Amino acid sequence: MGPLLHDLLFDYTLRTVALGSAALGAVSGTLGAFAVLRRQSLLGDAISHAALPGIALAFLFTGSKATLVLVIGAALAGWVGTLLVMAVVNTTRVPEDSALGIVLSVFFGLGLVVLTFVQRRPTAAQAGLDKFLFGQAATLMMRDVAVIAALGSVTLVAVALFWKEFKLLSFDREFGASIGFPMRRIDILLTSLLVVAIVIGLQTVGVVLMSAMVVAPAAAARQWTDRLGLMVVLSAAFGALAGVVGALLSSTTRGVPTGPSIVLSVTALVAVSMTLAPRRGLVWNAVRHRRNRRRINTEAVLCDLYALAAQHDDPGHGHAIAVLRAMAGGRAGVQRTLEVLEQRGLARRVGSAGWALTTTGRREAVRILAERGTGR
Amino acid sequence: MTTAEPAILVNDLTVAYREQPVLWDVDLTVPSGISMAIVGPNGSGKTTLIKSILGLVQPAAGQVLIHGKPYREQRRLVAYVPQRETVDWDFPTSVLDVVMMGRYGNLGWIRRPGSKQRDLALEALRKVGMELFAGRQISQLSGGQQQRVFLARALVQDASVFLMDEPFQGVDAKTEAAIVQVLRALRGEGKTVVSVHHALQTVPEYFDWVTILNVRLIASGRVSDVFTQDNLLQAYGGRVAFARPER
Repeated sequence: MGPLLHDLLFDYTLRTVALGSAALGAVSGTLGAFAVLRRQSLLGDAISHAALPGIALAFLFTGSKATLVLVIGAALAGWVGTLLVMAVVNTTRVPEDSALGIVLSVFFGLGLVVLTFVQRRPTAAQAGLDKFLFGQAATLMMRDVAVIAALGSVTLVAVALFWKEFKLLSFDREFGASIGFPMRRIDILLTSLLVVAIVIGLQTVGVVLMSAMVVAPAAAARQWTDRLGLMVVLSAAFGALAGVVGALLSSTTRGVPTGPSIVLSVTALVAVSMTLAPRRGLVWNAVRHRRNRRRINTEAVLCDLYALAAQHDDPGHGHAIAVLRAMAGGRAGVQRTLEVLEQRGLARRVGSAGWALTTTGRREAVRILAERGTGR
Repeated sequence: MTTAEPAILVNDLTVAYREQPVLWDVDLTVPSGISMAIVGPNGSGKTTLIKSILGLVQPAAGQVLIHGKPYREQRRLVAYVPQRETVDWDFPTSVLDVVMMGRYGNLGWIRRPGSKQRDLALEALRKVGMELFAGRQISQLSGGQQQRVFLARALVQDASVFLMDEPFQGVDAKTEAAIVQVLRALRGEGKTVVSVHHALQTVPEYFDWVTILNVRLIASGRVSDVFTQDNLLQAYGGRVAFARPER
């Protein structure tokens, strides 16, 4: 860890890679939060795949591999793809998921064709364009990072400015329209920002897996909070973290493309969040479930003892555990439940194998039965 | 609004989804200061009528005027309570936040709600008996509480015309009482309320005007004049299982 941290701060290549992937992770995490809340996870996938022909065509027409040129090409193609999806949904009966699937595969296919064509050309100028498929963080230069940071900042500032409008769009679009906001235009703005967030990550993460950087940080962040602001900040932080970890893993290991390694990092974050997050996490749910079941079992045995005592003249008469087991319908753990009740001073042992309620236990049973509203 | 001009005027309104007409040649006048129920069987165009008045649905023909002008110019006068199923109640936000959305229209672009909007929202929550839930995450609300939050969001708009889409749908008794109280208060303040309503038996109790709809307008007027067995049969066909209490 020590040497890696040292390299991160002082090694030019690693520092560049870390900075670039942190920036793209933060931006895609931010916009991804809105995409996930609007149930548009697939849109990110369509946009990133649709960007591929834009990259190849931008190079074909300009002969330049400058990041800004390729990013503009990617953004235009991604944007056209998105508008096509919207147009198909609005004018035909094709449902949205099909429209997304069609646009995604057609544009990606087109991109592969153009890419193959470009690479067959005799000059060597096109070398490295294929890194846009699976991503190659190690090729990031400081000027790429500058482009990512500049475009990313514009995107983040726009989200901060139009925060209220984007929240309105994501929560209740029709209400927004009823109070006079042009929701379609706000939708186009937010989607355009998503396009920017995606295309600035393509060189690092690649078109195939970029959508994971849109969906996964947001999905992880949602587990931890019920507030939009915190969710967006967390999502950005998770995106940045996954970006840095993934990019470093791939840069320091020969032959590992960055896209897959970033996706694995972000998946780890999602897995941890889904397991451990309070209230929504699996562990939390399991604990709550067990606690509930134990409480219900305890109350049931308590009430059973109360019912038995009611049939007896002597309230201190001991009742056999076998009877209680039978009353519990053969449920296991009656012995343990009785011990718990004993610890809490609600039940006591009578003789060698009998159980009876204490005074407190009787009061508690009366309270529970009253709460249930039945005398049973 | 003290003018004699109607709060809502609907002229020759026809709306179609694809080829299917949902509203056919509807003329409707809603006088200022009344509270009107819109009733009709499923698919009779009740929600579409509300949405057309709000400009959320593009009509094939016809026009809608709010206090004499198109909706576009009168937005500040109108508050909308959508059906609560139309949004995702698992959205990460609080009750207070949702109610403050009612002030977004007055705030305009970019400006964020502040303490003034917060106070207004809290007051609206008090009116629907939800002030203790202000900080609550909305996914923890019951259906009735969700409905009251939507009602508070409309109240905070400080409008003069209230359009509601089935506010009583599937709510608990406490919520029903709270909504009725709000409706009375609005009428007392001279506001106009138009509400899609499902339970025919409560129409005479909760509203003073009624519009009976089934794609075409069957009848519209005072409850005492038009809420008749004949009109209801015409709208619901033989399916109306309801006996109006004779008074």
